[in-house]
Amino acid sequence: MKQLLTFLKPYRKEAVTAPLFKLLEACMDLIVPLVVAEIINIGITRPDRGYIIRCFILLIALAVLGMAFSFTSQYLSARASVGFATDLRQALFDHIQTLSFAELDRLGTDTLITRMTSDVGQIQNGLNLSLRLLLRSPFIVFGAMVMAFTIDVRCALIFAAAIPVLSAVVFAIMLKSIPLFARVQQTLDRLLGKTRENLTGVRVIRAFRKEETEIREFDECSMSLTKMNESVGRLSALMNPATYLLINTATIVLIRVGAVRISSGSLLQGDLVALYNYMAQIIVELVKLASLIITINRSLACAGRVSDMMSVSPSINFGKPAVQTAPPRGEVPVSPDSAVSFRSVSFSYAGSGEDAVQGITFDVKKGQTVGVIGGTGCGKSTIMNLIPRFYDATEGRVLVNGRDVRDYPEHALTEIIGVVPQKAVLFEGTIRSNLRWGNEAASDEDLWEALRTAQAEEMVRGREGMLDARVEQGGRNLSGGQRQRLTIARALVKKPEILIMDDSASALDFATDLRLRRAVRDLGGGMTVFIVSQRTSSVRAADLILVLDDGLVAGQGTHDSLLRDCPVYREIFYSQFPEERPGKEACS
Amino acid sequence: MMGKKDKGRIRPGKPAGGGGDISRNSASSIATFRKVLVSIGKNRLLLMASVLLAAASVVMQLYVPILFGNAIDFAVSEGNVDFPGIASTLFRICILVAASSAAVWVMNLINNRLAYRTVQDIRGKAIRQIQALPLSYLDSRSTGDIVQSVIADTDQLSDGLLLGFTQLFSGVVTIVVTLVFMFSRDVGITVMVFVMTPVSFLVARFIAGRSYRMFREQMESRGRQTAYINEIIGNEKIVRTFGREAAASEVFHGMNEELRGYSESAVFFSSLTNPSTRAVNNVIYALVAMAGAFRVISGDLTVGGITILLSYANQYMKPFNDISSVVTELQNALACAARIFSLIEAERETPDVPRELPEAKGAVGIDDVCFSYVKDRKLIEHFNLRVEPGMRVAIVGPTGCGKTTLINLLMRFYDTDSGTISVDGTGIRDVTRHSLRRNYGMVLQETWLKNGTVRDNIAFGRPGATDEEIIRAAKEAHSWEFIRRMPERLDTVVSDDSMSQGQKQLLCITRVMLCLPPMLILDEATSSIDTRTEEQIQEAFGKLMEGRTSFVVAHRLSTVRDADVILVMRDGTVIEQGSHDELIAKGGFYRELYYSQFAGVGEETAC
Repeated sequence: MKQLLTFLKPYRKEAVTAPLFKLLEACMDLIVPLVVAEIINIGITRPDRGYIIRCFILLIALAVLGMAFSFTSQYLSARASVGFATDLRQALFDHIQTLSFAELDRLGTDTLITRMTSDVGQIQNGLNLSLRLLLRSPFIVFGAMVMAFTIDVRCALIFAAAIPVLSAVVFAIMLKSIPLFARVQQTLDRLLGKTRENLTGVRVIRAFRKEETEIREFDECSMSLTKMNESVGRLSALMNPATYLLINTATIVLIRVGAVRISSGSLLQGDLVALYNYMAQIIVELVKLASLIITINRSLACAGRVSDMMSVSPSINFGKPAVQTAPPRGEVPVSPDSAVSFRSVSFSYAGSGEDAVQGITFDVKKGQTVGVIGGTGCGKSTIMNLIPRFYDATEGRVLVNGRDVRDYPEHALTEIIGVVPQKAVLFEGTIRSNLRWGNEAASDEDLWEALRTAQAEEMVRGREGMLDARVEQGGRNLSGGQRQRLTIARALVKKPEILIMDDSASALDFATDLRLRRAVRDLGGGMTVFIVSQRTSSVRAADLILVLDDGLVAGQGTHDSLLRDCPVYREIFYSQFPEERPGKEACS
Repeated sequence: MMGKKDKGRIRPGKPAGGGGDISRNSASSIATFRKVLVSIGKNRLLLMASVLLAAASVVMQLYVPILFGNAIDFAVSEGNVDFPGIASTLFRICILVAASSAAVWVMNLINNRLAYRTVQDIRGKAIRQIQALPLSYLDSRSTGDIVQSVIADTDQLSDGLLLGFTQLFSGVVTIVVTLVFMFSRDVGITVMVFVMTPVSFLVARFIAGRSYRMFREQMESRGRQTAYINEIIGNEKIVRTFGREAAASEVFHGMNEELRGYSESAVFFSSLTNPSTRAVNNVIYALVAMAGAFRVISGDLTVGGITILLSYANQYMKPFNDISSVVTELQNALACAARIFSLIEAERETPDVPRELPEAKGAVGIDDVCFSYVKDRKLIEHFNLRVEPGMRVAIVGPTGCGKTTLINLLMRFYDTDSGTISVDGTGIRDVTRHSLRRNYGMVLQETWLKNGTVRDNIAFGRPGATDEEIIRAAKEAHSWEFIRRMPERLDTVVSDDSMSQGQKQLLCITRVMLCLPPMLILDEATSSIDTRTEEQIQEAFGKLMEGRTSFVVAHRLSTVRDADVILVMRDGTVIEQGSHDELIAKGGFYRELYYSQFAGVGEETAC
């Protein structure tokens, strides 16, 4: 939590002066009852109209000064809290940009977004209120007591007794209800999930005739929320009546004692009125303080979460250019023309005990095309993620251009490796701005060339504005196939040494897929290409095919050799090309 | 206000509109409010009790300062103190304070109960309504909107409308009673206070108007920023892949600084309301003090009287401020109520004919069926089909050609506009929906799983099934292979997003495998599933379909070829039907589709 406070540093002046001005305002408030007492004690008893008018002018001056102090304080705390939140948000955004994929997986997109938006917002709110009010209320409560002592010590003792009791009651009720609020929120989330489930699953629910059961489950959840709400409600229902009762009891005692003091001549009537007024101020401030603490508590919880996120450090550290990790003894050496080599690589995702891939070893020469095929969850994408070092292998070594990926400095790998991810995502902007993600300096000619290879030239030429055509958020104004081709072009704009296409042609029809692969092959320049696919047709022409099965390499080689030696590959191939099954007549 | 319930809750995003609407829509607002009163039904007595208690406690609490003033008047100066008078006055205060505390406490309890029970009732109605609404209603609205109505709007309704109503009422009572009490003390000063009232009001209004504009600017700026955060953080891995961290950070910086500007002024201006009205209050307070003092000198008022007037002047403004915030809250709540009622009062599905369809043999007849989602956009026209028991019907066509329309009609999720669909010769509109759906097993491509254990999900259609039966079904459907490996097997809690697409579909197949109804509706998955899982799914499908009438939305060559009838759909209509050979021979759209979509698989291998 401490590290968040550093974000307040640039606004130190504001953060300190804002509460001070608020205290000045509170002083104005505290003087008022004294002036009224003077009006009664001197102005009325003498009587002196001029004195009363002077007192009146003093009261007006206090009001105006109080407002001015308050405005200043509001301005300063707005600056401090908004500035703090702005800086924090930027720091959070930048921090997320440094996290490794493993941390991104663990934290999850939704969490990251919530932290950046609503959590930071809550903190800003809490900070703003704290700066303005957190000191003011206790100050007035305490100040009122001090003022009471200056008027009459005997009577002030009633204040000294009443304030702790009142505070105890107010804070006991609050502290008891804060954890309950959290539980209410959880149950509310559950009910929300239940409602959503009923809507998204309406067809299945009706098909299985489960309407009544779903209603029953919803009712149960709703009932438990109601029960919980009511128990919190019963608690907070006590707040108002209890404090009212206490403060008035104290006032009754005050009047009784005050009357005795007046009777004995130690107190004036106006002083009693002042004491009475201070008592009234105390209760208003205590109740304000209580509800303020609820808000602050909420934003402290948010601050804790944000702080946790800020202290997550990336698990991947980048090497220095000079360092070279030595190969372990007994490792098969890598040939000089190797583009990508795996040596007994195993990897398991954090939190899952099982290895996603195990003992992977293979060599890819520069300029080769590699097909990677296998079932869902067999580890195809995992292996691809290890090449640009999105994750670190748990065991074994991954080498790019003969060098351990852990020895590359930051960004060096992503500069030479182009990735077309499974999820074809584009960003708001134009087609040009999206393609330039690959290379900020690319000329229009480069872009068109990439589009041509990605089989997207015609499609882009057909759009209004061509390269300047709008792309909406996520690329939702484009079809799946169009998006996929543009993401391929985006990676090609980079002119990478190694291109990884992670099942990125799934939305293309077979003919386009084929043309695409031919165009990529014809690019030349010695680009090494990985094609991950579930279609044997996409990988059969590759120089090397890796067949994965449940995290293991079930076979590697060319199409023909695998067809001969690898049962897993055979099974996949014939399931997709039943016509070619031996014994069946080949097509004419 | 702590007595009022206060808790974390979702609030509708929009701030209350800037007045004016309420008068324009006052007729419908009143109608909505009446509906709310009707809907709280048996709780109406509670609402009345709450209102009465509010009035009683307000009067008592306002009378207490008068008594305190009187008590102070009994203690004038040294030797001039009326102790018996003070004692009896303080005793009366004791009783009043105790009584009004009790009243407030009971009122708070009643308000809680009233608010939460009303919310629960409305939610109960809403969920029942959701189960009974025609799918045309649900399909045409976003899930988020409906969830918002059921959860957030109901909360807002109970808070804003019921409690707001009580607050409004006690606010008005406070103002009236205060004025009466003040008049009884001193007419002149009261008139002065009364005249000053609008000033505070106007100041508050002026600031609210200014800050509303700034809030809107802040909201728009924040909206842009949130959209950017969603886009970038949501696709962080791609940002990383292209090394765009610095560029993204720079764009974000620009947005962030823009938001800082708007936020600063919005936060500052909105926080001016309280100090300003407080300043006006203080001026009124000073006026009362001065005027009061003059009146005491002239003998028209006592010192206790000043105390009373001052404490009234102090709290007299509060209900005004409260009322103006309650009014915005009420407007908001009425808008929420209107949304909820539009859900709850929407027309339900046509009632069932009380006749059961027995276990079907599986003959399905479609006679001269016309159907469209929108009246003036014709879709299915005069469609006929005869399916014998055990036949396989494949439905093919390009994406978005309306294959689900047929499923909608067969399952009676939608009713035909004209013509009949019959099962074993009985029109499906002449039997209950439940008995019709009991005869179908349905596996959709958009898999849906309940938040619950694997067992809950598989036994969804047959809650009484034993573990043996469940495991047997799972083995047949090939889902046992991955269920077996889950940490708690059948007791593993799964949700819609905790499994791969293929696993989810296998689980959905298992769900149907356990019931084995006589007719099937299957939706083959498209490309997102790998070959191995795909094969397992095909095998499971095959097992399901043995001897059962089945309708399959087909993406697989083998399924299409093995079908007894192929329905070729395009733009929502069935344009061709027949066997594979017939359709190829016919040389129409099917032939074209077949060669582009299915036969193309062999392209590279073509000899």
